[in-house]
Amino acid sequence: MSIEILTQITTCIVDGERDTTIELTRQALEVGLEPMTIIDQGLMPGITIVGDKFSAGEYFLPNLVIAGTAMQKAMALLEPELRARQQTREAAGTVVIGTVKGDIHEIGKSLVATMLSANGFEVHDLGVDVPTETFVAKVKETGADLLGLSALLTTTMTVQREVIEALEADGLRTQVKVMVGGAPVTQSWAERIGADGYAEDAIGAVRIAQQLLERGRIVWVRKRPSTTPGADRRNRAC
Amino acid sequence: MRPKLKLLSDEMVNQIINEAFAALIDPGVRVLNEEALNLLAEAGAKVNMETQVALIPESIVRHALEISPSEFYLYTLDGEPVVHYGGDSVQFDPCSTAVTILDSETLEHRAPLTDDLVKFVKLVETIPQLDAQSTALICFDVVEEIADLYRLYIALNFMRKPIVTGAFRKDTLWTMKEMLVATVGGEAELVAKPVAVFDVCPSPPLMWSDLTCQNLIDCARSGIPSQLVSMPLAGATAPVTLAGAVVQHTAECMSGVTICQLAKEGAPVVWGGSPAAFDMREGTTPMGDIGTWMIDCAYIQVGKALNMPTNTYLGLSDSKVVDAQCGLESAGGTILAALVGANMVSAAGMLDFESCQSYEKLVIDAEIIGMAKRLIAGIEARDDPIAMTLMRKLGHKGAYLAEPHTLKWFKKELYIPSEVIDRSSLDGWKQKGSKTAFERAADRVNQLLATYRQPAMSEELRAELRRIASSASQKFGMDELPPLPQD
Repeated sequence: MSIEILTQITTCIVDGERDTTIELTRQALEVGLEPMTIIDQGLMPGITIVGDKFSAGEYFLPNLVIAGTAMQKAMALLEPELRARQQTREAAGTVVIGTVKGDIHEIGKSLVATMLSANGFEVHDLGVDVPTETFVAKVKETGADLLGLSALLTTTMTVQREVIEALEADGLRTQVKVMVGGAPVTQSWAERIGADGYAEDAIGAVRIAQQLLERGRIVWVRKRPSTTPGADRRNRAC
Repeated sequence: MRPKLKLLSDEMVNQIINEAFAALIDPGVRVLNEEALNLLAEAGAKVNMETQVALIPESIVRHALEISPSEFYLYTLDGEPVVHYGGDSVQFDPCSTAVTILDSETLEHRAPLTDDLVKFVKLVETIPQLDAQSTALICFDVVEEIADLYRLYIALNFMRKPIVTGAFRKDTLWTMKEMLVATVGGEAELVAKPVAVFDVCPSPPLMWSDLTCQNLIDCARSGIPSQLVSMPLAGATAPVTLAGAVVQHTAECMSGVTICQLAKEGAPVVWGGSPAAFDMREGTTPMGDIGTWMIDCAYIQVGKALNMPTNTYLGLSDSKVVDAQCGLESAGGTILAALVGANMVSAAGMLDFESCQSYEKLVIDAEIIGMAKRLIAGIEARDDPIAMTLMRKLGHKGAYLAEPHTLKWFKKELYIPSEVIDRSSLDGWKQKGSKTAFERAADRVNQLLATYRQPAMSEELRAELRRIASSASQKFGMDELPPLPQD
């Protein structure tokens, strides 16, 4: 029974059944499964599969976002239980993220925030049009390992540099890795402004965040490789 | 008969309009501009100054739509009315505000400089298929605070055609107006014969930023036509259904028309947009997507049902180079724009969504535009009977080339492209150097530029424009503007 329910949770995450995921998570607690087991053997395998399917071109952004929010809602149920057992799930890292001052674009930033959160990061999403000093203050307050800066406009991407300079001025730059993203942002831009990481999409951002914090060194992820040959796609369409 | 395309039934147009009216009441429009909120409140909208949300009753919107002009003209700098916003007139300008230019040699997308924009403006002047200029490139050799007005400054020095432009700041709109007034010789002249239309963009879903809303108000009060560029992103910042995206577009445009008319009754404003069907794999905004085109065609139809002049961004390509994808996307969108009767189609030259301008694409697009204009000119009888008399006369002899009837009609009946389009024999093509469309386009660019003659402009006006642009740049720490070719 208990194994079965964990498999069902995984399947529900993969299928984007948000309400059922939450219901099954509740049931799993009722039958006495440990919250940590539900996370590690039910929810996380689902998120991993969804990420793989997206990378393979089989899944699309709505699949990614629905799975991510299902994970977040299930975690909201599990976190009080973890606390009650005085257990803490070691976060993959603490992330502060937002769209820079003067820019109100939200989609890409929220997607990255959702996927980071679904992959076990503690995410503080500051929203859009975030003043530079708010980023700095939040990094200080949370002791964040990682700062994600989004900019969708060529006119606002320069603000990413300003935030990095503000971190340096505050003596915080060595404590926190900085990732940049957004439509006009490129690897060479990231290098030029002294950011630690850059990715083309949300799955790439998760990968790079994990690598940055694990190894503490600079890595670059370019556009995900097209792992699905065209022929496969045609076959599925037929 | 003029061929016309409609994607929506009359019933669905009505439903879309009614749902848009309803959306303006609930959830309403978020307007981050105090002046606009005050105007809306005074008119009877329920305004929450804290959340900056205005709930606008249908009666206010209907009144605004009624008093909004159904047509107006843009004039050349010589005072000729050449662009008719209204009815089913269809006109074309280059897509504006590219942040890169496709380098003809390296094929890199590089930062445009003053010389690039000068060349671009000259090229547009020489392309007969283009009815208007646009401030097409952002020049990276000036401070970014004057990026908007600097484009207009360059264009005014080299153009006669009217121009589609826009401001990136509140204060720079006034500088741009000052340049236009200087050019046409007075404020009253600018109002009587507008030479420019300003793009103003609501932010999806159902929001107006402080800046763009102020631009809309200031344009209205200055008698400068504005063009609403509503851009629902279906599936991301708008409903994923095409009809749902059109409902949101309709509501956003209605709110724009309302704010405009409250600022100044009877101010000219265009029902326009640049929506896209969100790409669910890449998270991008494809302009060459069939769903994007369908949303465009549908919102044009809604705008026409409301008796508004219209604008659209059909005919752009998401490709990064001038290739087969570029050709098919540009042709598809342009043909549809013509068939649906969009008054101003702002697309020519643009690659990489709305980011990269290309001289070569511009001249290829000119051929597509030529074909599209021919298409909507339709098939006419020309003679009565249409052909019977002629066919009896010539019988079974294929001697039509020698007929006066052929000489009389062929230029009206056939669209004759430039050599950008290859129709030579295989041997003929080889003899001309076996050139690709891109190479032929590059040749065409050079040929056209060689025909450009700078229009006469008094030294006083030239100096005055430079003074206005320079005093703006000095405010932002740039003492000297880059030299123009005639400097």
